[in-house]
Amino acid sequence: MRGIVQSIKGLLGGAPRKQSQDEFTEAARELHRFKRQPEERKKRIALIREELELPKLSFTHHGFKWRKWRWASITLINMLFVVSFHYDVQLVEGALTASRFVGFHMADLNSALQITLAHKHVVINLVIGAVTVGILWWLVGGRAFCSWACPYHLLSEWAEMAHLWIVGKGWIKGHPLDRRMRTVLYVVFALLALGTGYTVFESISPVGILSRALVYGVGVAMIWVGVLLFIEIFFVRRFWCRYVCPIGMTYGFLGSVAPLVIEYKLEDCLHEGECRQVCLVPHVLEMTKKSRAEDAVLSIGADCTRCGMCIEACPTGALNFKIRGSGGLL
Amino acid sequence: MAKKLSPKQMRERRVLLMSAFMGAGVVGCGLLAYLPLHQQWESLLRPPGALAEKDLLASCIKCGQCVQVCPVEAIVLSDGEGGLGIGVPYIDARKQACDFSCDATQCVLACPTGALSHHIDKKEQVNMGVARLARPNACLARQGRGFKGKARGADFDGLHRYSEIDRWNPIKISDHPYDLELCDLCVRECPIEDAISLEPLSEDQAADDKSRTPVVHDKCVGCGMCEMICPVESAAIVIDQNREGPKV
Repeated sequence: MRGIVQSIKGLLGGAPRKQSQDEFTEAARELHRFKRQPEERKKRIALIREELELPKLSFTHHGFKWRKWRWASITLINMLFVVSFHYDVQLVEGALTASRFVGFHMADLNSALQITLAHKHVVINLVIGAVTVGILWWLVGGRAFCSWACPYHLLSEWAEMAHLWIVGKGWIKGHPLDRRMRTVLYVVFALLALGTGYTVFESISPVGILSRALVYGVGVAMIWVGVLLFIEIFFVRRFWCRYVCPIGMTYGFLGSVAPLVIEYKLEDCLHEGECRQVCLVPHVLEMTKKSRAEDAVLSIGADCTRCGMCIEACPTGALNFKIRGSGGLL
Repeated sequence: MAKKLSPKQMRERRVLLMSAFMGAGVVGCGLLAYLPLHQQWESLLRPPGALAEKDLLASCIKCGQCVQVCPVEAIVLSDGEGGLGIGVPYIDARKQACDFSCDATQCVLACPTGALSHHIDKKEQVNMGVARLARPNACLARQGRGFKGKARGADFDGLHRYSEIDRWNPIKISDHPYDLELCDLCVRECPIEDAISLEPLSEDQAADDKSRTPVVHDKCVGCGMCEMICPVESAAIVIDQNREGPKV
């Protein structure tokens, strides 16, 4: 339970904190003690050196298998909408905000929430659709929606690559923002829907805009998506996904209690921080820092999008997908 | 004297200020997109069954399922035009009117949120707006003139279902030329019975004066068929949006 509370706090933008000694389990304390021994440290440093000698991963490297699957998944899900309309297949009619999947109502959780606040009515179709979609994304980890379905995520990932490349060249500096911003905006957009009776957020949601652009054609609203990508390339790494998007936050709440998680094994970790460098939401990987893991085995928090980049980045396999409560069978 | 901040505090303050600035920017853009709707800068024809404008804006989830089922593709999603009500459906009747080719009312059935009221199931119950003879002097019937040829020219892509030609499929208006002694296109192609008729200009009109004027009756639902088919440029008859929602 404390784990869930902590992970929701992280989702809301709480800063990581140093734990007191009694918060660690005996096993974790033992491992940390062991890792602090001089000969263990030397061994670890030697291992990291050795590994840095190896050539850097390229995209075609097998190490990026999750990313390939993810990109395929985003493409497939969004193409289903496009194909359904343009070739009249009628498999998934609508857009990401709401649709019918072979006749069954589906609704994006956040869109349904916004509509309910603005309209001040509970629409039964939306409840059915949102619960269905909610269960599906809960199963695979809440914010898995972000990295496995959201079309903006894909563009944003490319923008992030460009951003990191430019930063790597030393031409610009990244500007991290305060993560509490997303919680504030979440409340502001909810209040705006309630107050104006219009889903103000939907007008600027690049997720809805992109999904509709794909299905119904590109329009001027794409300028806004361009502006966001510009910000992400030149100023703030993953500006929208990290600091703004209420959709991600809504799914994040589901993710806090989802069965599918990424699991961290303290024993295998060299604490070199490769995972935190590639992560969209590095605060969830706080436990990978030296002497920070409270237990020998830990699940990554609610904000995690289950993208698998940390798994790919980790040279020692300390991070892996895991079904909670399966007793290690899965 | 202001308290001296440590470099770390200065950095934190910069981050906080920048976050507040960027956050305000995002909310500001959202509000900017809402302003034209709030001020009602534009008047748009909404799809059949649309709730009162303010309820439609509140309940539309912007998925476009109404767009997908419309056989003549009359419904389009607003995108900058339409007062930036991005993703909200409307009908540009002059370009493509709703002619109930679907036999009413597929868009209503498709709507997942009831933004198009599910209380409607007959075309006669629709209340999108009402037709108005905006440019009486341009009306051919009022001048006693006939019409020969393609109603909107050869390049016009608009569709209409001519029951006598194909009961099930709408065809291009440009594939259906007319030869009329007195232009009565708005009356002839109106999908609603007794919604519009041609009447004499005055009670004491001479018997050999064939000029007539279109008169819109209570039954008009504002589908826009008359506006689309009107052969003069720009249309003599147009639809005024009903912002109040369906009658039922």
